Amino acid sequence: MSVVVAKNIRKSFGALEVLKGVSLTVEGGEVVALIGRSGSGKSTFLRCLNGLESVDSGEIEVAGHGMSRKPAELRQLRRDVGIVFQSYNLFPHLTAGENIMLAPVQVKCMGKDAARAEAKRCLALVGLGDRFEAYPDMLSGGQQQRVAIARSLAMQPKVMLFDEVTSALDPELTGEVLAVIENLARDGMTMLLVTHEMGFARRVANRTIFMKDGVIHEEGPSAEFFSAPKTPELQAFLRSEVG
Amino acid sequence: MDYTFQFGPLLNYLPQIVSGLWLTVGLSFVGIFGGIALGIFCAVMSTSSSPFPRFLVRLYVEVVRNTPLLVQIFVIFFGLPNIGVRLTPLTSVFIALVLNNGGYVAEIVRGGIEATHRSQVEAGESLGLTYFQTLRFVILPPALEKVFTPVVSQCVLLMLSTSLVSVIGVEDLTGAAMIASSETFRTMEIYLVVAVVYVALNFAFRAVLNLAGLMVFTRLRRRLLGRA
Repeated sequence: MSVVVAKNIRKSFGALEVLKGVSLTVEGGEVVALIGRSGSGKSTFLRCLNGLESVDSGEIEVAGHGMSRKPAELRQLRRDVGIVFQSYNLFPHLTAGENIMLAPVQVKCMGKDAARAEAKRCLALVGLGDRFEAYPDMLSGGQQQRVAIARSLAMQPKVMLFDEVTSALDPELTGEVLAVIENLARDGMTMLLVTHEMGFARRVANRTIFMKDGVIHEEGPSAEFFSAPKTPELQAFLRSEVG
Repeated sequence: MDYTFQFGPLLNYLPQIVSGLWLTVGLSFVGIFGGIALGIFCAVMSTSSSPFPRFLVRLYVEVVRNTPLLVQIFVIFFGLPNIGVRLTPLTSVFIALVLNNGGYVAEIVRGGIEATHRSQVEAGESLGLTYFQTLRFVILPPALEKVFTPVVSQCVLLMLSTSLVSVIGVEDLTGAAMIASSETFRTMEIYLVVAVVYVALNFAFRAVLNLAGLMVFTRLRRRLLGRA
C-alpha cells in the first residue's frame, strides 16, 4: 500500500519556482532518501508532504489523507505524519518527557499516565530512557535530536519525514542519531529523509532520489544509484559530496 | 530651618490611612492582574493573521501609551457621563487602571511572542496541535517567561500610578494623606510617611510577583534555585 503519493507538485516562492512538477510514491515500509544540492527543492518537497508548505498545484495523499487547507483535516493528516527538523525544535520550557507527552495528551486525549509510559518507551527507543526530566538546554545536540525523534514516534505516525536532521551535528553526534533512524528502518517504519549523508543513504535507504532544479533528476534502488549513476549531473554531485 | 517635626497628630488619621492603604493594594491588585490578562489577550490578537483585530489592538495600545493616565481617568470619570455613561469614582479608576496596564503589558508580551521562533509553531502544528493548543502550550509559556522581568517593572510602576486616583476623590493611600494633610497641616510628615509606605508596598508587590513567577516558570526556578 502506498503511504505517500505525490503527483506533479508545483510550488513557487514569489517568482522563484522551487518545485517544477515532482511526483513520488512511497510504499509502506520503504525508506527513501532525497539528496541534492541546497536549493534543489528537496526540503520544500518534504515540507509540502505535511502541509507546512502549501502547494500551488498537484495532488498529495499521505497515510490515506488527502492534502487539505482546512485546519481540522490537515490535523488529521499530521497526526499520522511525523517530522523531524534540522534544528530539533524542541520546546525549551518543557522537559524531554513533557515534550513527548504534549501531543499524545492534547491531540489524542491520552491520559497523563498512559502518555508518560509512552514517552518513557519512546525515550528508551532512542537510547535516552534516563533523561526524562532533562530540559533541552541540558542535552547535547544529538540527544536533543533523538528526543525530537521520540516526540514524533509517540504519535505513532504511519510515516516519518526527516529534514536534514544531522546537518547541525558534528560527526560523533551524527552517528548516534543515524543509528536511531537505522533502527527505525529495521523495524519497518516508512521514512522519507532529506540528507547529505551519502553513506547512510546508500546503506539504509531502499531507494534514493536525486533532485536538481526542482525536479527529480534521477532515482533508483540505492545500491545501483550510488555504484552506477546514469546522468552526468548525479555523477558530478556524488563526486563533489564524497570529496 | 526651624521646622519641628510632629508626627503625633497623624495618629488620629491612622484608620483612614490604613483603609487607604488597603484600597491602594486592591486597586494595584486588580490593575496588575486585570491588566496582565487583558495585555496577554491583546498581544495574542496583535499577532493574528487577519488585519482587523491587529488594527483594533494597535489603536488601543497607541491611545493608552500616548496619553497620561490622569487624562484617561478624567475621560472615563468626567467625560463618559456626557454620553450617558455614569460611573462611580471607584469603578472609573478600576477601569482606567486595567486599561492602562493592559496597553503596556500588551506591547511587552507582543515582543516576547515575536521573539519566539517560527520553527516552534511549526513543530507544534506538525504534531497535530490546534492553533489554540500551540498558543497555550508552545508559544505563550516561553514568551511570557522571556518578558517576565519587564512585566514586573511595568506592574510596579502601575502600583505607584494608582496614587493618581486621589485626584477624583478616591481615598486611596494618597487620598487619605491629602485629607489628613489639609486638616492637620503636617504636610511634610504625612507625605514622608506615605512615601515610606509606598516603598514598602513596592518591595512587597515585587516579592509577590517574583514569587508567582517562580511558581509558574520552571526554567526561572531552575536558574535561581538550581532545580526545577
